[in-house]
Amino acid sequence: MPETKIPVLETKKLGITFGGLKAVQDFNIQIYEGELVGLIGPNGAGKTTVFNMLTGVYLPTEGSVLLNGEVLNGKKTHQFVAAGVARTFQNIRLFKDMSVIDNVKTAFTKDIQYNMVDALFRTPKFWKTEKELTEKALDLLDIFHLQEKADWLASSLPYGQQRKLEIARALATDMKLLLLDEPAAGMNPTETAELLECINTIRNRFGVAILLIEHDMSLVLNVCQRIQVIDYGQTIAKGLPEEIVKNPKVIAAYLGE
Amino acid sequence: MKNKSVTAKGYLLNTAVLAVVLIVFFTLAATLGSTGEFKLILAPSLWQCCYLVILSASLNLVLGFLGQLSLGHCGFMAIGAYAAALLSLAAQRAGIFTDKSGPVFVLVLLGCILIAGILAALVGLLVGIPALRLKGDYLAIITLGFGMIIVNIINNLPFAGQNGLAEGSASASLYKNGLGFGTASKVTYIWVPILLTLLSMTMMFMFIRSKYGRAIRAIRDDEIAASASGINTSFYKVFTFAYSAFFAGMAGALYACANATLSTSSFAFTNGGILNSTFIVVMVVLGGMGSLTGSMVAAVIMFIVNYQIKNGSWVDALPSAVQGIFAYPMLVYAIVLIIVIMFRPKGIFGSYEFSLIHLKRDFLNHRAKAAAQKAEKKGAKVHA
Repeated sequence: MPETKIPVLETKKLGITFGGLKAVQDFNIQIYEGELVGLIGPNGAGKTTVFNMLTGVYLPTEGSVLLNGEVLNGKKTHQFVAAGVARTFQNIRLFKDMSVIDNVKTAFTKDIQYNMVDALFRTPKFWKTEKELTEKALDLLDIFHLQEKADWLASSLPYGQQRKLEIARALATDMKLLLLDEPAAGMNPTETAELLECINTIRNRFGVAILLIEHDMSLVLNVCQRIQVIDYGQTIAKGLPEEIVKNPKVIAAYLGE
Repeated sequence: MKNKSVTAKGYLLNTAVLAVVLIVFFTLAATLGSTGEFKLILAPSLWQCCYLVILSASLNLVLGFLGQLSLGHCGFMAIGAYAAALLSLAAQRAGIFTDKSGPVFVLVLLGCILIAGILAALVGLLVGIPALRLKGDYLAIITLGFGMIIVNIINNLPFAGQNGLAEGSASASLYKNGLGFGTASKVTYIWVPILLTLLSMTMMFMFIRSKYGRAIRAIRDDEIAASASGINTSFYKVFTFAYSAFFAGMAGALYACANATLSTSSFAFTNGGILNSTFIVVMVVLGGMGSLTGSMVAAVIMFIVNYQIKNGSWVDALPSAVQGIFAYPMLVYAIVLIIVIMFRPKGIFGSYEFSLIHLKRDFLNHRAKAAAQKAEKKGAKVHA
């Protein structure tokens, strides 16, 4: 690993306390460009809390979040997105009553340069931007084989495709770091295999850094280059997948002593 | 798939048909203008319909598209009504216009309506910034409160309120002073509400069919996901609230034009008439939350219902037990609302927008597409 390079994401002693409960403590992670890092741990270990701190939903009580060396602490979620962090959710959160393509177009916030005047008078700039957005959205949907369903309602898609649409929407924000929160949850083996293919496509095509929360160990061991394990809010192990599966602490956390 | 040529064609077709309808209407108005029916019933009804259409469509922006329950819409209307009335009164006293005719008066009239809208939007901004931090029931309560506060403030202003407009007289006569229109001028200036309605509806459509519309529908569907997609949710919420208040203010100005007197009690929440915030909510729900054309249709339907309850001769023919209900119009609206919620919760139009160019396609494809989606979803569930 090139130590001189600035990591895409770096956290320093990140921690949050809810009342007296220390949900996450002393969380340190570095992710470099093009890397895929897995974050695993038993239920309630604090994985999603970490994600919420990395996206500005929760304000960390200690430590800092750095994206390409820029401190993001205290910013709002949409500012995190503007800085380049995109995420998906554990329980799918789509814009249900909007069409598939509108779901993606909504997330192109950085590409829309027109303002209210352009929108009201339908200036050439408006048409041009909207046309470009449609093309870009269709391109993105094509990666996930959703192009034919572009004008469906998002809620009418089957489960596996809803997951994919959520990832497509996250990609539309033009991010540097993608956070995937249990993307394979509730999927059957075929759908998981498809997802695996998608994740690989994303890495090859966009070269982004990905942080993945997942319970499906075969998926994690298959795609992740490094894995970090947390339990009760504390990092108990980090390293290569083959080291992690042999780590006695990890085995104890998952199976009990 | 939507593309520019279809959208542009749709705009052209709708505009063309609308132009034909308007030409027919104005020709008829010119020939029938002096007859009693048109002058006494149709023209005043059209004025009322126009401001109701603007009101319900503008509330739909907040309620149907942004998904926030606001019960204070009448407050913004009151601001618009009083602003326009006071401004026109001041203009008349300053001698800018003497009688209700001529280009100067038209300019003053349109200027007053515009300023009324802008003022309402500013107050909407002030109310929206703190209020929209809350959600759901709490937002409903706080907007309800703001609506009442606005009305009460106007009531107690020395230059407005119950007595201010006519300097001492409770029945402030807008008709004699300022921009209140009598039946004859309502026919002469029938183009004013029609023009304003067309402009307002166009502005709302352009808003909805742009990044703004996408952003606020995203906020309605899932606020957390919207902000995680890079949308500045507080900005869009407050902006939409103020934008909606702008139209409510203009509707209020139209109301001031259409009435000989102004009284704050007609905007109060307890008012049993056609103008209170719950009535506007009923119109929006009836038409379909998320359909501007639905709001327009519902506003006209509710106007007719209201008109029939108050003036219809058929009410007198009903048995006295049933007639009793009609003495309380609010009760009828409540029943309408309950029936809508029970049997067609999405309202008449749902989120469907009426458009001439899509008429045939929508009706042919709608069933087939719904069936296909249902089948696929079912299949996927079985598979999983």
